[in-house]
Amino acid sequence: MAPPDLRRPFKRLPVSDQQKRRELALARQAQSRRDSQHHARCIASSVISLQNREDPQVEIEIEPEAESELSPTSASSLSSRDFDVLQASKLRGPEVRKWFARQLMLPEWMIDVPPRLNSDWYLLARPAGKRCFVVSSNGTTVSRLRNGSILHHFPSALPNGARTKDISGPAHSFSILDCIFHEPDQTYYVIDMLCWRGYSLYDCSAEFRFFWLNSKLAETGACDPPSLYHRYRFSSVPIYECDHIGLHEAYMGVSPYTKDGLLFYNKHAHYQTGNTPLALVWKDENCSLYILDTDNKGQVPAQQQVVLELHDDGKLTTSDDPPVVCGCLDTDFLQQSGLQSGSLLRFVIGEGGLRFVDGKLEMADIHYIGKVNRARAFADGYSKILFQYNARRSPLKIDDLVASISPCHNQEDGSPDVEMIDNDAKGRG
Amino acid sequence: MAMEVTMMLMNAQSVDGTVRKQAEESLKHFQEQNLPSFLLSLSGELANEEKPVDSRKLGGLILKNALDAKEQHRKFELVQRWLALDSSVKAQIKSCLLQTLSSPVHDARSTASQVIAKVAGIELPHNQWPELVGALLSNIHQLPPHVKQATLETLGYLCEEVSPDVVDQDHVNKILTAVVQGMNSSEGNNDVRLAATRALYNALSFAQANFSNDMERDYIMRVVCESTLSSELKIRQAAFECLVSISSTYYDKLAPYIQDIFNITAKAVKEDEEPVALQAIEFWSSICDEEIDIIEEYGGEFSAESDIPCFYFIKQALPALVPLLLETLLKQEEDQDQDEGAWNLAMAGGTCLGLVARTVGDDIVPLVMPFIQENITKPDWRQREGATYAFGSILEGPSPDKLTSIVNVALNFMLSALMKDPNNHVKDTTAWTLGRIFEFLHGSTVDTPIITQANCQQIITVLLQSMKDAPNVAEKTCGALYFLAQGYEDVDSSSPLTPFFQDIVQALLTVTHREDAGESRLRTAAYETLNEVVRCSTDETALMVMQLAPIIMTELHQTLESQKLSSDEREKQNELQGLLCGCLQVMIQKLGGSEPTKYVFVQYVDQMMGLFLRVFACRSATVHEEAMLAIGALAYAIGADFVKYMPEFYKYLEMGLQNFEEYQVCAITVGVVGDICRALEDKVLPYCDGIMTHLLKDLSSNQLHRSVKPPIFSCFGDIALAIGENFEKYLMYAMPMLQSAAELSVHASGVDDEMAEYTNLLRNGILEAYSGIFQGFKNSPKTQLLMPFSPHILQFLDSLYMEKDMDDVVMKTAIGVLGDLADTLGGNAGSLIQQSVSSRDFLNECLSSDDHLIKESAEWAKSAISRAISV
Repeated sequence: MAPPDLRRPFKRLPVSDQQKRRELALARQAQSRRDSQHHARCIASSVISLQNREDPQVEIEIEPEAESELSPTSASSLSSRDFDVLQASKLRGPEVRKWFARQLMLPEWMIDVPPRLNSDWYLLARPAGKRCFVVSSNGTTVSRLRNGSILHHFPSALPNGARTKDISGPAHSFSILDCIFHEPDQTYYVIDMLCWRGYSLYDCSAEFRFFWLNSKLAETGACDPPSLYHRYRFSSVPIYECDHIGLHEAYMGVSPYTKDGLLFYNKHAHYQTGNTPLALVWKDENCSLYILDTDNKGQVPAQQQVVLELHDDGKLTTSDDPPVVCGCLDTDFLQQSGLQSGSLLRFVIGEGGLRFVDGKLEMADIHYIGKVNRARAFADGYSKILFQYNARRSPLKIDDLVASISPCHNQEDGSPDVEMIDNDAKGRG
Repeated sequence: MAMEVTMMLMNAQSVDGTVRKQAEESLKHFQEQNLPSFLLSLSGELANEEKPVDSRKLGGLILKNALDAKEQHRKFELVQRWLALDSSVKAQIKSCLLQTLSSPVHDARSTASQVIAKVAGIELPHNQWPELVGALLSNIHQLPPHVKQATLETLGYLCEEVSPDVVDQDHVNKILTAVVQGMNSSEGNNDVRLAATRALYNALSFAQANFSNDMERDYIMRVVCESTLSSELKIRQAAFECLVSISSTYYDKLAPYIQDIFNITAKAVKEDEEPVALQAIEFWSSICDEEIDIIEEYGGEFSAESDIPCFYFIKQALPALVPLLLETLLKQEEDQDQDEGAWNLAMAGGTCLGLVARTVGDDIVPLVMPFIQENITKPDWRQREGATYAFGSILEGPSPDKLTSIVNVALNFMLSALMKDPNNHVKDTTAWTLGRIFEFLHGSTVDTPIITQANCQQIITVLLQSMKDAPNVAEKTCGALYFLAQGYEDVDSSSPLTPFFQDIVQALLTVTHREDAGESRLRTAAYETLNEVVRCSTDETALMVMQLAPIIMTELHQTLESQKLSSDEREKQNELQGLLCGCLQVMIQKLGGSEPTKYVFVQYVDQMMGLFLRVFACRSATVHEEAMLAIGALAYAIGADFVKYMPEFYKYLEMGLQNFEEYQVCAITVGVVGDICRALEDKVLPYCDGIMTHLLKDLSSNQLHRSVKPPIFSCFGDIALAIGENFEKYLMYAMPMLQSAAELSVHASGVDDEMAEYTNLLRNGILEAYSGIFQGFKNSPKTQLLMPFSPHILQFLDSLYMEKDMDDVVMKTAIGVLGDLADTLGGNAGSLIQQSVSSRDFLNECLSSDDHLIKESAEWAKSAISRAISV
C-alpha cells in the first residue's frame, strides 16, 4: 500500500548508452527489413496467365475512377508487365507474336510539338534497324523482333547472358533490354532498359531508366567488341536534353550508326508497353532514309497506304487505344470477300484524303487493296497515319521543333504538365 | 494436524538451517498432498488466538503466496487453482480471515488484511464474495479501535488489489465515506487516522465520480488538507502522499484548492521534517509533470476539444515557488554525491526546479539569476554548489536565445571552477552543469554555437584534466564529454573534435584503467563516452577508430584469461565484458558501415567473432546480451561470409532463443536471427528447422514476456524471405499461429493506450510475417500453397480497416501485404481481392494518405493489384 519510491533521477544521463545501443540496433534491423522487403518487391513477378490474357470480362474494379474511361480491352495491353519471358518463349504461332509485340513501348508519331518539350523531354537519334527485345537469362541471350520471331540466339556479356561464371546474381534472374539491331556494324543499340538482374525498371521514370542503363550496361562488358562468349556488341545511344544543343547534336551530329529519325521520351513517364504519347518519333529527310513508308519492293508508293483492322460490324480502325475509326466496309463486300473480323487490311488513301472537324478525323477516302502479310501484328496507329499524311503535304519541320523550344515560345505556354502525369498514371493501371 | 502445522511453521523460521529446510520440505509436501486441507490449516492457524504470533504470521503469508505471484503465468495458474477449490473450503477460509481482523494481535490482523485483499482480487471480478464490502463496512462501526484500524487497512489493500470497475458505485461511496470519516479530526485514535489516510491513497482511483461532485470533492480535499497538519508525522506524510496522487489523478479539479495547497506545502518545505517536506516538494514536481505533458501534447494550443486544459498552476505560483525551491538547494548533505541511494531536500528541490524550468521556459531565468550571482562566489561551498546546481537545473526549458549570452559568460567560470574549486561537491555539480550546457545549447540545431574554434581546445583540455579527479567528478566529466561529442553527430566530413580525437580516446582508456574506476559508475561512463565519441567521429578519424579495435579486443581477451573467479568477481567480469562488447558493437557499425573502412575492418572479424564466442562460453546457462548485439552488427556488416561462423555460433543462438527469464536477451536474439537471415539468405536453411522450432515454442509459451512476440512474427517473415519456397514445411505451423494471433489482435486494442500500442506492434509483426512469406514464395512454382490462407489474410486486412485504430506503421505494412498477396498470387488473387469488402477503400485511403511511406506502399500495391486483376 506504500506509495512508490519518489526519488527521481538525479544528475544522470537521460538515457543509458546500453538502451541507446539496443534502440540503434533495432532501428538498423527495422531498416534492413524494409530494404529487403523493398528489394523483393522490386524483383519482377513472374506470375503469368497467358490463357486469361484475352479474357474480355476482366474489369478493373480496384482502379480509381480516372481509369474507367479506358475501354475494357485496355486491360490486356496494360497488364504486360507480369510475364515470364521464358515461358512466353515456348509459345508458338500468332500467340507469341502478339505477346512479344505487346512488350515494347511503341512511340506515337509526332504530329504536334508537345508542351514543355525543352524541360520535360529527352531525345535521341534513333538508329536505323530492327527494333527488338533482348532477354538474357540462364546463360543465354535471345533477341526477338516486334512480331515475336527470334532474330538471334547468342551468348553475350549481359548478366547471365552466357554460360560463364557470373557471380553477380542468381542464374535465373533475367535482364531485358529494348534495342535496335543495326545491321551495318552488327551492333545492338540499347534504347531502353526494362529489367536488370531481375530488378524491374518498368515502374521507373525514363530519367531513372536512362541513368541506370548508362551506369550498368558498360559495367558488364557488353559494350566490348565481340568475343567467344560475346557474339554481338551492345552500345548505348547518346541521350540529350531537349534544348538547342541537344536538338542540334541529335539532328546534325555525327553518329556511328545510320539515323532513322529522332525519338523523344517524356522524362517522367514509366515504361508503358504498347502505344504511348509519352514517347514520340519524328523524322524528316535529313535524318532518315525512310521518311515515307515503302511497299514490299522498297518503293515509295504514289499514294499513301495504311493498314487497318477489321471489326465485326465492318468498321475499320487504327491500333490505338481506344481505336480510331477510319471507315467502314459494307456488308455485301464483306460477304463476298469472306474477310473476317480481326483481319488486318491494306488501303490506299485516295484523292479525297483525310477530313478533320474540330481536330478529329471525320472522314477518310480509303480504298481496299488487300490483306497484309501474316507476320504483321498490328494495324497502323492514328499518329503514324497522320504523320505520313502530313509528310506528303505539310510536314512538321525541324525549324518548328527549334522554334518550340526557344524561350519566347515557352513563355506563352506556361501550362504545367499535369495532364502528362495523369496520362502516365492511366497507362500504368 | 493442527499442532503439526504450528510446528512446521515455527521450524520454518528456525535459525538452524537443517531444521528450517526440513520444515519447508514438510510444508511443501503437505501442500502437494492435500491443497484444500493445507490452505484451511493455514487460515485456521492465522485465526487461532492461542497460536504463537510468528506461526500465525507465516501461515498467513504462505496463504497469501498461494494466491498471487509476480510472474504473469504463475499468477494465472494460482487464480485458476483458487477458483477451482470447493466453495465450502473457500467459505471457511474467508470466514477465518474476516474473523482475524478482530484479533488483538496486530501482526495477525495486518496479515489477514493482505490475504483478504488477495482473495477479493480474485473473486470480485468473478462476482463472487459479494458480501465482503458489506461485512467490512459493518466492522467500521464497531467500537474497538484496533478492529476499525484493521478494517480500514483492509479496505486500502482491497482498493489496491481490485480494479475500480468491479466495485459498484454504491459500495465505492460507502468505502470512501468510511475512509474519510476515519481520517477526520473527530476520530480520536491516531492509528485509525493513519490507516484511513493510507487507505485513501489507494481508494483515490475509485473516487472518479466523487471528485466530479463539488460537495464531495470539497469534503475530501478539506479532510486531506487538515490531515497534513496532524500532530503525527506519519499522518502528515500520508496526507501529502494523497495530495501527490490527487495532483496527477485529478489535476483538472485542483484549481479551487491550489492556493491553499501552496500555503500548506510551503510551510511543510520550510518547517516540517524531511519525509514530509520531500512529499510537499513532490507535489509540485508532479504538477510540473502534468503540465509538461499537457503542453507537449497540445503544443501550447488549447481548444474546446483538448482533453485536459492546462491551468498554468506553475506559472502562477512561480514568484513564490522559485524562492522556496532555491532555499532548499542550500540544504545539501555532505557526501551526497558519493552515496547512490541519497535523496534529500536539496536534491528534491533542485530536481523540482529543473521541472519548473521545463514547464515555464524563459520566465524562470530572471527569478533564478540573482540567486546564482549572489552565491556562486561565496566562501561556503554550499552556496557555490547551490548556485551552480540552480544554473544547471534551468538549462532545459528556456530558449537558447534567453540562455546563450548568460552561458557564454558562465562557461569560463565553470571551466575554471571545475579545475580549481577546492570542494568535491562543487566540482561534481560544475561538471554536470557543463554536460547540461553541451546537451541543450550545443549541436547542429542551435543557432549561436557555445563552442567555437576559439574555446574548443580549452574546453577539452579542462575536461581531460578533470577525468583524473575523484571518481564522482570524473564520471560527470565523462558525461559532459559525451554531450560535447553528441553535438557533433551531424557534421559531414570534418569534425572540430578531430584534432583532439587521439587525446580524448587515450584519456578515456586511461580512465577505464583507474584503480577506482569501479566507483561512481566511472568505468561505465568512460566506455559509454568512448562509444559516443566513436559514433560521432568522421572519416578523418576512421584510421584511429580502426586502431582502437585491436586495443578493445585485447582488453576483452584479458577478461577471458582470468580463472577461478568468486561470484563477485564473475559479476564484475561479466559487466566489463558487456561494456567491451558494447564498444566493439559500436565500432563494427562504424567501420562496417562505410565502404573505405569496411574492407580493412574485415581483417579483424575472425578474431572478434572468436572473442564473442568465448564470452558466451564463460557462462553456462545464459548468453551475453551485449555479445549478441555485437554479433548482429557483425553479421550485418559482413553479409554472406558470416556463414562460416554459424556452426559454432548456432548453439548460442538457440540458447538466446530459449531465454524466457531475461526476455531482453531473447528479444535481441530474435533480432539477430533476422540479421543472419538477411546476411546468409538461402544459406541459413540448414539452421532453420532448429530456429523455427524455438521460435514456435517461444510463441506458445506463456512465460515469455509478451513484448518478444511481435518481433518473433516479423522474424518469420525474415526467414521466409531468406529461404523462399523452402519455408513450405513451416507453413503448417506458422500459418495457424499467425491466424489466431491476427484474430486476437483485431479486437484487442481499445482497452488502454498501452494495450493499443502493443496490439499495433503485434499486428505489424503479423503483417511483416505475411509480407515476407508472400515475397519469399514469389516466382516459385509453389505459390499455390498460399492460396488457402489468402481469404483469411484478406479478412484480417478488412477487419483492420474497419476497426479504424491502426497506427501509421500498421497501415503501411498492411497495404503492403495486400500488394504482396497480389504480386505473388497474381490472377488467382485477383478475384479474391475484388470480392473483399474493403480492399478498394483501404487502398484509396492509403493512396491519399499524407504519410509518405504509406503512400509509397500503396502506389506499389496498386500496381501489383492491377496486374493481378488484369491477367
